[in-house]
Amino acid sequence: MKSAIKSEAAYSRRRFIKNLGGGVVVVFCLGEVSFSSLFAQDGQPLEELDFNAYLRVKEDGRIDCFTGKIEMGQGIITSLAQVVAEELEVSIYDVDMIMGDTELCPYDAGTWGSLTTRFIDPVLRAAAAEAREVLLDLAAEHFGMNKTSLEVIQGVVSVKNDSSKKITYAELSKGKKIVRSLTKKPELKKAKDFKLIGKPIRSLDAEAKVTGKAKYSGDIFLPGMVHATIVRPEVFGSKKVKVDASKLSDFAGVQLVEKDDLVAVVHSDPEVSQRAAKSIKIAWEAPIAKANQETIFQYLEDTIQDNKVFESEGSLQLGEETSKVYRKATYHDGYKAHASIETHVATCYFEGDKVTIWASTQSPFGTRSSVAKALQMPLEKVHVKQIFLGGGFGGKSNSQQSIEAATIAKLCGKPVQLVWSRKEEFMYDNFRTAAVVKVAGGTDNNGKLKVWDFDIYCAGTRGTELFYAIPNKRIRSFNQAGVHPFGTGAWRAPGNNTTTFARESHIDVVAHAAGMNPLDFRLNNLENKEMIATLQLAAKTFGYDKEKKPGHGYGIALGQDAGTLVAMIAEVFVDKETGEVQPIRIVCSQDMGQVVNPHGATLQTEGGITMGIGYALYEEIEFNGGEMKTTNFNRYEITRFSKTPKIECVFIDKMDAKPQGGGEPAIICVGAAIANAIFDACGARVYRMPITPERILDALS
Amino acid sequence: MKQINFTLNGKPVSLELQGQESLLTVIRIYLEQTGTKYGCGLGECGACTVLIDNEAVRSCMILAEDIEGKEIISIEGLSSDGELHPIQKAFISHDALQCGFCTSGMIMNAYGFLLQNPNPSREKIIVGMESNLCRCGAYNRIVDAIETAGKEMPKKVKL
Repeated sequence: MKSAIKSEAAYSRRRFIKNLGGGVVVVFCLGEVSFSSLFAQDGQPLEELDFNAYLRVKEDGRIDCFTGKIEMGQGIITSLAQVVAEELEVSIYDVDMIMGDTELCPYDAGTWGSLTTRFIDPVLRAAAAEAREVLLDLAAEHFGMNKTSLEVIQGVVSVKNDSSKKITYAELSKGKKIVRSLTKKPELKKAKDFKLIGKPIRSLDAEAKVTGKAKYSGDIFLPGMVHATIVRPEVFGSKKVKVDASKLSDFAGVQLVEKDDLVAVVHSDPEVSQRAAKSIKIAWEAPIAKANQETIFQYLEDTIQDNKVFESEGSLQLGEETSKVYRKATYHDGYKAHASIETHVATCYFEGDKVTIWASTQSPFGTRSSVAKALQMPLEKVHVKQIFLGGGFGGKSNSQQSIEAATIAKLCGKPVQLVWSRKEEFMYDNFRTAAVVKVAGGTDNNGKLKVWDFDIYCAGTRGTELFYAIPNKRIRSFNQAGVHPFGTGAWRAPGNNTTTFARESHIDVVAHAAGMNPLDFRLNNLENKEMIATLQLAAKTFGYDKEKKPGHGYGIALGQDAGTLVAMIAEVFVDKETGEVQPIRIVCSQDMGQVVNPHGATLQTEGGITMGIGYALYEEIEFNGGEMKTTNFNRYEITRFSKTPKIECVFIDKMDAKPQGGGEPAIICVGAAIANAIFDACGARVYRMPITPERILDALS
Repeated sequence: MKQINFTLNGKPVSLELQGQESLLTVIRIYLEQTGTKYGCGLGECGACTVLIDNEAVRSCMILAEDIEGKEIISIEGLSSDGELHPIQKAFISHDALQCGFCTSGMIMNAYGFLLQNPNPSREKIIVGMESNLCRCGAYNRIVDAIETAGKEMPKKVKL
């Protein structure tokens, strides 16, 4: 895998330098420099990193910043420009971000895991700092002076104490073609010298988006293009037995495309291709249903045997014996959809033996290799172009729609646009997995946790390292490939929403059994000083000691994800008659190291919390085996305006630290914070998400 | 096939259509005005919202034969003479968007709502916007933006 990344990186670098215009260029490639480990953070295996970057100061003085990452609403089009502008000493508005184009940008595995700010950011800063030094060298030569006697402000180099002597980056770059590869780690600015990092910057792409000018994959129209509709089975995983396309002759100009299980029709008018597709009758052989949304939990427990011990210390038996209070519970979480408002889309065309694709994908380079493999083409014959994504959340990590569109385009010989319907989206979304977490925990007479037994089915172990001091503990992960009735995959902070719900709900269960309040109980058992500070900041901001209105409750949850520590406190109102929950307000405190763009980090946190209320209270896929009962938003409730609480985000001040993840962490705490607040409000302990009114009323009776 | 006449963003349009096509297809595909988005095809998400005779509607649920003689406004028709509409400005200043895919529909729904309800309260805005979905979670900022625009609009736009 590592060598594959190296060769892709080397390939894209060669191509980049070959196609280069004039100016000053700084190139950074993984595997070609010895100091890459300097950028790695604790616990991150090096081979998972792919922090490549190219930076070009053009002859007109504008900066092109090339990255394989994509923009899907998480705001890196702004925050990456921000760090480049900081180190280069230029205006942020002079930086153009060129993202996710496989022929222009350096290799990148994918935009996920809250990795961009942690890993691309330091690399771009280094490249920008190096470019600044090159430009200062040129200026020093121009003035015949030592570099130390020069300064840069907004892309203009001037002689200190003599403002009449100045020269712009544009003038310095003109007629030059200087290519530098980073060979040593350049001197980066210290926090005290920051002009832009740490400052709130509004989204640079906002104007394009409020005017409808921002282009997404479905907004590309090509000459002679046809719209494809694929005929889908009702049950996931069905195999085609027989196709009856006899009615297709009723539709003038449609073309049938068939390859293996893929049956599609194309027409220049999408309305015609959709109607024509409906006329095709396919006999499918469907897999036998093994579970539905109610039986899935028992099915998973009964079916999965293999487990790995993730963390283990002391003796569970001793822990149980020394506990005064000991509680066991099983927590359930159903399948969730990503439900981006943009469905999966790909638009593509062949020119000779080469295909060009605009695709809503979090992994342009992954799409390039998947399409190349599926269509048996060389890598360099597939070009994935830069485009905005209408939301991702992990759901656009695969390449299915691109493979389908390219296959259809090849077979029909025309440019093709494929837009998945919402129903297709609800079948081929790689859902957040249903999961079971069995927990046992106990405390001694002093309210100190003595034992923690945590068995996770299907949710994995991301973020489950215990930050509470517990002498006897075991965390096991149970999983099995192919156990789910349909595809599952990464969903914003994969697994961590589920396991944080289980852990933090159970911490409250044990705290209440021990007669302690949930805040004191956590502070009494935390050993991580940073987590204590983060929780204290949340409690202070929230006003945890304030009196509650009748029917209102407060709930705390702590969690960790992508290097960031999260403490969340929610206030909800519960109507005991109906079981309806109204989220009132949420405070989220985070230690995310250096906060590059506090405004952008706030947007991500607000967004994560708002989305999280959906999984906590409403979202659940209904199915029978691979047959999806949930096919549109009328059966899949996500958070709406009226259910969005007041949200307040606070950050621990750490400007000299490394930046940590920001896109995912906040969402992990929403489930437990809401669950604990519901218990506090009305006494209903609900062990299954979503926490629906029926489940609350059941728990109360 | 029949001739269907209407205006889109003030310009007269005449198309030869079956009549059963959705207004969304007409705007996005036949007229290539791509700011209006497909989200669900059932009128459940609001990404395709446009104005017909100053009323916000889900274009995916409107048949082409029902737009004869109507005035349609899509996101592309909101700014005039190169100047952004107060709602667009407020969406920028409040950063009331992330991925941007629901944004056109949000703005058009807000426009239709504000035409009927000048200077509304937050509570009223929430009710008026409730059926538009945003997965990125920009709702609070969208309400802030509409509140700001609601104050600005009467000054700049003839109601």
